[in-house]
Amino acid sequence: MIPISFNYKKASSVDEALSLMTDDAKILGGGHSLIPALKLRLNSVDTLIDISKIENIKGINDNAQSVTVGGGATHASIASNSALAKAAPMMAEAAHTIGDRQVRNMGTIGGSIAHADPAADWPAVLLASDANVVIKNKTGQREVDIDQFFTGFYETALADGEIITAIRIPKTAYNANSVYEKFKQPASRFAIVGIAAAAEMDGNVVKALRIGVTGLAEVAFRPMEVEKELIGKELTEANIDAALGTIANGVSVMGDHYASEKYRTHLAKVYTKRALLRLK
Amino acid sequence: MTNYIGKSVKRVEDKRFITGQGNYTDDIKIPNMVHAYIVRSPYAHAHVKNIDTAEALKVPGVVSILTGADIPEAIAGVPCGWQVDFKNGDTMKEPPHPLLVRGTVRHVGDGVAVVMAETKAIAKDAADLIDVDYDVLDAVADPKKAAEPGAPQVHPDCPGNLCFDWELGNPKEEVAAALASAHHVTELDFVNQRVVPNAMETRGVVAQYDTAYDKYTIWTSTQNPHLIRLLMCAFVLGIPEHKVRVVGPDVGGGFGSKIFHYAEEALLVWASKHIGRPIKWTCDRSEAFMTDAHGRDHNSNAKMGFDKDGKIVALQATTFANLGAYLSTFAPAVPTYLHGTLMQGLYTTPKVNVDVKAMFTHTNAVDAYRGAGRPEATYLLERLLDLAALEMDMDPAELRLKNFIPAFDGVEQPGYQTQVALQYDSGNYEPVLKRALEMVGYENFRKDQAAALSTNKILGIGFSTYIEACGIAPSAVVGALGARAGLFESAQVRVQPTGKVSVYTGSHSHGQGHETTFAQIVADKMGIALEDVEIIHGDSDSVAFGMGTYGSRSLAVGGSAIVKSIEKVLDKGAKVAAHLLEASVDDLDYAEGKWTVKGTDKSVSFGDVSLTAYVPHNYPEGLEPGLDFSSFYDPANFTYPFGAHIAIVEIDKETGATKLLRFIAVDDVGNVINPMIVDGQIHGGLAQGIGQAMHEGALYDDTGQLINGSYMDYCMPRADDFPSFEIDRTVTPCPHNPLGVKGAGEAGCIGSTPAVVNAVVDALWKAGYKVKDIPMPMTPERVWTAMQG
Amino acid sequence: MKNKISVNVNGKQYEGEVEGRELLVNFLREHLSLTGTHIGCDTSSCGACTIHLNGHAVKSCTVLAVQADGAEVTTVEGLATNGELHPIQEGFKEEHGLQCGFCTPGMMMTAVDLLKSNANPTEHEIRDALEGNFCRCTGYHNIVKSIQYAAKKMNGATA
Repeated sequence: MIPISFNYKKASSVDEALSLMTDDAKILGGGHSLIPALKLRLNSVDTLIDISKIENIKGINDNAQSVTVGGGATHASIASNSALAKAAPMMAEAAHTIGDRQVRNMGTIGGSIAHADPAADWPAVLLASDANVVIKNKTGQREVDIDQFFTGFYETALADGEIITAIRIPKTAYNANSVYEKFKQPASRFAIVGIAAAAEMDGNVVKALRIGVTGLAEVAFRPMEVEKELIGKELTEANIDAALGTIANGVSVMGDHYASEKYRTHLAKVYTKRALLRLK
Repeated sequence: MTNYIGKSVKRVEDKRFITGQGNYTDDIKIPNMVHAYIVRSPYAHAHVKNIDTAEALKVPGVVSILTGADIPEAIAGVPCGWQVDFKNGDTMKEPPHPLLVRGTVRHVGDGVAVVMAETKAIAKDAADLIDVDYDVLDAVADPKKAAEPGAPQVHPDCPGNLCFDWELGNPKEEVAAALASAHHVTELDFVNQRVVPNAMETRGVVAQYDTAYDKYTIWTSTQNPHLIRLLMCAFVLGIPEHKVRVVGPDVGGGFGSKIFHYAEEALLVWASKHIGRPIKWTCDRSEAFMTDAHGRDHNSNAKMGFDKDGKIVALQATTFANLGAYLSTFAPAVPTYLHGTLMQGLYTTPKVNVDVKAMFTHTNAVDAYRGAGRPEATYLLERLLDLAALEMDMDPAELRLKNFIPAFDGVEQPGYQTQVALQYDSGNYEPVLKRALEMVGYENFRKDQAAALSTNKILGIGFSTYIEACGIAPSAVVGALGARAGLFESAQVRVQPTGKVSVYTGSHSHGQGHETTFAQIVADKMGIALEDVEIIHGDSDSVAFGMGTYGSRSLAVGGSAIVKSIEKVLDKGAKVAAHLLEASVDDLDYAEGKWTVKGTDKSVSFGDVSLTAYVPHNYPEGLEPGLDFSSFYDPANFTYPFGAHIAIVEIDKETGATKLLRFIAVDDVGNVINPMIVDGQIHGGLAQGIGQAMHEGALYDDTGQLINGSYMDYCMPRADDFPSFEIDRTVTPCPHNPLGVKGAGEAGCIGSTPAVVNAVVDALWKAGYKVKDIPMPMTPERVWTAMQG
Repeated sequence: MKNKISVNVNGKQYEGEVEGRELLVNFLREHLSLTGTHIGCDTSSCGACTIHLNGHAVKSCTVLAVQADGAEVTTVEGLATNGELHPIQEGFKEEHGLQCGFCTPGMMMTAVDLLKSNANPTEHEIRDALEGNFCRCTGYHNIVKSIQYAAKKMNGATA
């Protein structure tokens, strides 16, 4: 399998990459979403701008208020990062379930969320973490609240010509108490459902709660009614069961040969419950 | 030093593979070679109204583009190698299978045009510019639906899409009467789903025409180079056989899918002369999903009757077998002589009838896939037995022990004559099951199972006791059954003047380790060092003839041919030795690589005898020089390995997700030459059989689209899907071949599938969900749905 | 349009001119004739093409050759040193971890990557690490044992 011909340009800085941008150019990060699509000729580009050599967007920085994950950080580097393990353990947990060992060594978080596959893991985790996406364009830099980032089926708030340089994960009590539970499609290893849950507890009672759901619908989302229902409550099986009825409210549930809409919805409930029961 | 048989000798072929020096078809480069890309139909059924190649031809680097219209009429289509006629004697329907379609496409992936260019990338770029105008027609993918009145027709001359119908065993009325008077009848409707072989190396072909010698050479990833040569020369291209050399180099797995003669082989051979350049074609994985012959795809109804003691009184099996759009090489044999004939199983069932309808559909061809027919038969029998045990509230192991054919060795006791044509060679069935029960700790398991009922993770156990027929032979018998080729094997043992031995076998290794196992036999029987033996295979210009490797036949048939040649070598060697020792042949013993005059220390080595044979200065009068013998071995019968497999599964009640906790396999493959290699064959077979039960299945929709034709959708079993396997064996030698071997390549795949499904049904049944069947693959949703009532 | 690249493969520096769309696996196989790295699929799934890029196991079918410019690449041909087999190669031979041999180079490259980060993996960890490598012959049983053999040998050597 061979892609349709394209021009290749290597950028050594984000600014250089932005200066190389044209209307029909695409950014090449780790390449693990884009290259497979190009190979199968499901997609074609005129120009690829390679940002995989830009060192200063690969790092993971532990700051006072947040952990900043470079857009070029690989899944593997996230999986093994100690600051994230403490600040948001669901990040490492999710990173370890992405693709496979080799894919994790190459694929990047920025590339993954720019692609916004509805069954990818990061959207659920970043939604639960209340992350901010740091985006650069020719006119400067902007930050997008994760709740506004995923806008539809393979669609994001990222405009043409923009590059994700970092993702800021706030250091909050709920992120420090967070988990990721995933039911894998056994062939692709993408999520049939993936549930990220982060909670701040006041004793046994939920003080703050964020849940991210991927795989269930055409775009990852937060089941707001479920979150709201559990605030002020203990995470008992009975309370969780009572809250889960609304998990798919307002979303269009996906179904395919492997998992029907009904089954996916059921799995979302089971896996949300499993995630919530693991929170301390 | 010379005692090799029965030892786990490390494989001699490994070195090239672990250092990256294997030589697979896609690794072959020839100067001036062009690359081919085949344009394939995206529709299951359509008329091709027009193919416009004008734009594609303009792409720089394109050498030639050919369509079906460019291929001379004299070139026939791909032939079928087996003929199974209708019950009423009418001839099997054998529609044409052109190398590239002429007018109508009949499955997704049917070849429409071939582009040849300087690089594969250019060929692909040009292919994208070919404009094919299709008039899309209705299609049918399911074999049972294909038989319905009004179903879309695959071929104009095959009414009702029927290729043939076929029946074997006792008269249907007798079986029906026995079922009617049975104490209990277990009935099951089920689908043995279509699976994709998925050898890790995709198929590939390199073809070259040499004008100086007027000779073609083709490297192809095949399991049987000589068979490809025969079919291609005699039935497709009409080229003299001696003007074609077929090489099967290192081949990255076959599992049946590389037995068959494929259109691309003949197409490239013909085109290499037509365009005057060597051509390489390497199949993409997506293409492999659409065009490598698939396996299984039976839609069956089965009824098994029991008396009040649990003895089986009758079996009726009725199957619609999907053959796909075209007849692949062995396709007609698979649902018939490799399937119906196994319906006796290990049991004394007095009345058995098998009825098969072989159907054309708008899907890729179905042919032999590891086990080929025998897994389908085993699945049918073993599902019925475990289900009957549940229905009758009997123990599934006890039920089998009650019905086993008593032990027979085929020497003192005769072979066992079944109701379905075969005569089993030797068998001793109780010990495999009893050993498996011991390994699993059966009583303790049932306690654990009961305890788990109160949890969210329920447990189940499933059994399968199987028999298979391997080393498909003898030729006269398979000929009578419709095979258009003999099924013997050839071997040449060439002793070099220095006493080193080159062995040319018609068998073909694509992972089975022939270069080691065969060398062990030669070294052992000739009393020489293993390093002094080389096994050569896979090249029709060096190996005299061969029928290749499939049906677990290499050792039983190919190994036996080698033994015959070794005997000839040693017989002649003894004459030379007797001359040199001035003794009579009868007074000589041969051991440890030398002939010794009995009762003396006078001896002559194998090396000295070899040298004498090639430098015959002092030589027996009238004896030809040289030490080089060929043999053709045609076995007296099939061989019949058997075994007992047990699966233990854990089901997550909330999701239906099933985990295979343990898998126990006790197999009897007769004598064993290399235990390490035999174990490896069993492991691999188990993974494929379990894969079918739990993960794999090709899905065609009603329009004939293959909807999971990639590794992103078709679930290949991975390392984390399996526990370590627990295996053991018993040894019941084959009485009719010189090595006493039966064959091990398919056993694991034949026995394992029903054991896993039975385990899931057992778990559900014991937890109160009395379902008869979970369709394969048993995805979590399917298991979960079964628990929703 | 051609791009100039310079890649260190198995300790040797190679210069080449490649199209942007050229995959690293193709560069290795076609330009450098290092055919030990195989292509088993077109969806980045099977792992037959696994190599090390700057010390990490990656799927060379999903990396552009131009991306390897300036990088160090190790392929199966570079595992043995001075004719002495790497412990992983020895393990595959000793434990019968291969049959047809097609997936073997990729399997070994992934296994080496695993053993670098986890010198003593459990059976579960090994099976987990092989998530991106398909084998159709062995049922993975002896591949697991081969990797355990290598781990033991490598630990013994460094102890």
